[in-house]
Amino acid sequence: MSKTPAGTLYRGREGMWSWVGHRVTGVAIFFFLLVHVLDTALVRVSPDAYNAVIATYKNPFMALLEAGLVAAIVFHAFNGLRVILIDFWKKGPKNQAKMLWGVVGLWVVVMVPFLIRHLTLAFTGGH
Amino acid sequence: MAVSTEIQAPRSGRIAPEYKRHGRSKGNFEMFAWLFMRLSGVVLVVLIFGHLFVNLMVGEGVHAIDFGFVGGKWADPFWQVWDLAMLWLAMLHGTNGVRTIINDYAEKDGTRMTLKTVLYLASAVVIVLGTLVIFTFDPCPAGAAADLLPSFCRA
Ligand code: HEM
Ligand code: HEM
Repeated sequence: MSKTPAGTLYRGREGMWSWVGHRVTGVAIFFFLLVHVLDTALVRVSPDAYNAVIATYKNPFMALLEAGLVAAIVFHAFNGLRVILIDFWKKGPKNQAKMLWGVVGLWVVVMVPFLIRHLTLAFTGGH
Repeated sequence: MAVSTEIQAPRSGRIAPEYKRHGRSKGNFEMFAWLFMRLSGVVLVVLIFGHLFVNLMVGEGVHAIDFGFVGGKWADPFWQVWDLAMLWLAMLHGTNGVRTIINDYAEKDGTRMTLKTVLYLASAVVIVLGTLVIFTFDPCPAGAAADLLPSFCRA
């Protein structure tokens, strides 16, 4: 038997997996943001340079990457609010596991309409 | 005998110098960093969700994004301030988050220092560059083809 005391927030079960997810999504978003500011900076080079790079993003593969990025951001955002509630709300630590299911629920509620709209736009032409 | 699990308050506010966890220099930095992660997080939810909604969901979504689209947004001080706040808060929040992760996993002093130096340099470059781009942006550069520019340039 494990000697880990029961009921710690961070070892095993919901507390640990949400922490791993928060960490992985945080780093992924950070690296995206470095690249994102660099490519946006192309507007200072010339309209053609910016449009040329943006045009290479407008394909189904990038649409899927964008969907992955938004999925990561939405999880990190809701789970971040959960972490804040654990820290500042009196009943937060007691309800942390329930709140994780709240995070998952909200994530589904946001992602389903987002994916329908974004993938419809991306896969049905436009230009 | 039942073992009490209650954690007692320290009996004296004074901590002998040899038991202090850090020297004079650090002050309350880690506490402010902890607080900043939470405050910036709350604001970032609004800024980033708004950014994604306007750029991906409204109108033609991603298809609409080009030089003219950016020119149209940054002609408005509202979006300049929005993007500036998002840039600074997200970069400082992300940099501090990655600093924590480096401290957790890089055990050798040398590795840790190197990684953090690279991190701080990269973040500083991106924050300065992003800020300059927002404020020195010219939506109607001379000599560019008119059909690439926002519609107000022709007026
Ligand atoms: C696929 C999703 C995204 C798209 C298509 C997108 C698109 C854009 C575009 C077109 C701009 C130019 C200005 C404007 O529209 O306001 C911009 C700027 C910016 N975006 Fe995004 N964005 C995305 C996701 C994100 C995320 C997740 C973040 C935050 C982590 C972010 C942070 C920023 C910042 C800070 C700027 C200003 C850059 C500067 O100062 O030069 N974006 N983005
Ligand atoms: C959308 C709103 C966001 C909220 C509500 C939020 C919330 C939080 C909170 C509360 C923490 C501290 C976790 C802890 O101390 O255990 C955190 C950590 C972190 N965040 Fe965010 N965040 C947001 C956006 C971002 C963005 C845009 C980035 C990247 C640029 C980012 C990257 C990170 C990283 C790398 C960590 C460190 C993770 C760790 O130490 O395990 N976050 N976030």
